[in-house]
Amino acid sequence: MRAWNLIRLFTIAVYIFMFAPIIVVLLLAFNSSQFGGFPMEGFSLRWFYRLYENEAIVRAFKTSMILGVLTALFATTLGVLASLALVRYQFRGKDWITTFLITPVLVPETVLAVGVLIFLRWLSVPRSFALLLLGHTIIALPFVILVVQARLVGIKKEFEEAARSLGANPFETFVQITLPLLLPAVFAGALFAFTISFDNITATVFWRPSGSETVPTQIFAMLKTSVSPEINALGFVMIVITVGVPLMAGGLARYFSRKTT
Amino acid sequence: MAEVNSFDPRPWRLLSPALLAITLLVVVPMSFILVYSFYENVDLAVDRVTFQFGNWEELLTDSYYLYAIWKTLRLSIIVTIIAAVLGYIPAYFIANTRFRQKWLLLLLLILPFWVSFIIRTLSWIHILGNQGAVNGILQWLGITGQPLSLMYNEFAVLVGFIHVFLPYMILNVYVSLDGIDENLEPAARTLGCTPWQAFREVTLPLSMPGLAAGSLLVFVLTAGSYVTPLILGGPGDFLFGNLIFDAVISELNWPMGATLSFTLLFLLAVVVVIYSRFMGLSQLQKAFA
Repeated sequence: MRAWNLIRLFTIAVYIFMFAPIIVVLLLAFNSSQFGGFPMEGFSLRWFYRLYENEAIVRAFKTSMILGVLTALFATTLGVLASLALVRYQFRGKDWITTFLITPVLVPETVLAVGVLIFLRWLSVPRSFALLLLGHTIIALPFVILVVQARLVGIKKEFEEAARSLGANPFETFVQITLPLLLPAVFAGALFAFTISFDNITATVFWRPSGSETVPTQIFAMLKTSVSPEINALGFVMIVITVGVPLMAGGLARYFSRKTT
Repeated sequence: MAEVNSFDPRPWRLLSPALLAITLLVVVPMSFILVYSFYENVDLAVDRVTFQFGNWEELLTDSYYLYAIWKTLRLSIIVTIIAAVLGYIPAYFIANTRFRQKWLLLLLLILPFWVSFIIRTLSWIHILGNQGAVNGILQWLGITGQPLSLMYNEFAVLVGFIHVFLPYMILNVYVSLDGIDENLEPAARTLGCTPWQAFREVTLPLSMPGLAAGSLLVFVLTAGSYVTPLILGGPGDFLFGNLIFDAVISELNWPMGATLSFTLLFLLAVVVVIYSRFMGLSQLQKAFA
């Protein structure tokens, strides 16, 4: 029992280690001091207002949002199609294909970024928003496939077979039976892809067209001087978006599923 | 027989967009890295198409590059070992606790994945910096007069890496521990094992797949990074990824950038191949289910 108490204490310490720095950023976002660090001098919302007034940040924010949404759209489409094939069909070479679809996770982003750039250089294509979009899609794709696949396994094939035997054509079956059952998986994949894109910095620094920034690269550029209070406020906004949206979605999903059953 | 062997095109139709994307954006670029490593850099961003071993010779003879490889492997191993120790214990706790709100502990594990990497990294400046929380507390308690320099050194880089990659480790180990039959440890106890023996000879070996998968992820992710040392490290704290970044972004030396990239890819591929010989890659998928 003494050992168990030690384990519990250690676990609490690890959770504190994981969350204390994040909580510090959330707190400092409201610090009225003109410096980005401690001590807390007073409560103020002015850094959020400054954020809103900072054109570079607002522009980076728009770029990140559009990029994230489009990446989610692309990666989820590709990922759901591939997952359907992997879960619903038996075919030769399936293990190989699964490994092939997952291995990009193990390619360091730095290497992937340089490789894609060199390929484009050979094609004489300059860096563009499209490159960021395709690049983020390929980074998110393996994760989307893993998540969607895990959810798909739980959906029974019998529902579709029942619909077909009751006279629905393949298209009707897909729209009325498969798609509604798929939606939670699609949604989970899309959220994951959005978060991956919205958060990416390693490859984005290489791929972004000159003069164009996403939120993480903008923060990275701003960090070269010091941690300004605006960065803390921006951190707060980012955390609220990337943590709050999935939590809310999860909560809503649970609420509605309870209502219908 | 012909019907049994008949080729079903449907799964391939569904797979083709993803396969095409990965081929064009991963496989082809990786081959281009190899080809470009034999080109010659003539001037800033100007390279000559040729087949020569100049870049490879430079890489293998210049001790600077070898030093960077050594530094990267060393730091990645240290990060992996610390993450394994720090990660195993909470995973064990979550898997075995009777605490009713277990889902909350698991949710808290997944949350950091959603918090921006760069925010999590820079947050350590607030903790370890001269004006940071640690120095603030130490000075307030009167233990130190001057702020300790805890930032912009290898220690800060190490802490930053562990902070960001620890959830991968805990999640992988937890998945493994959770799959172990909970009667095994008591069974070992009734057969005369001490609690520690029961853990070491039953639970620990059975959780190896998760521990190995988590370690592989942490190792590969650390070895491929360059952003963390730039934010938390000093001038001497660079990883192999930083050399790639410098070659491509600052010096515009594409052939050298390609050579370095291929080297990193190759070194990590060796690690992955050794891992998959022992474990297979399927364990990596489990943490996501």
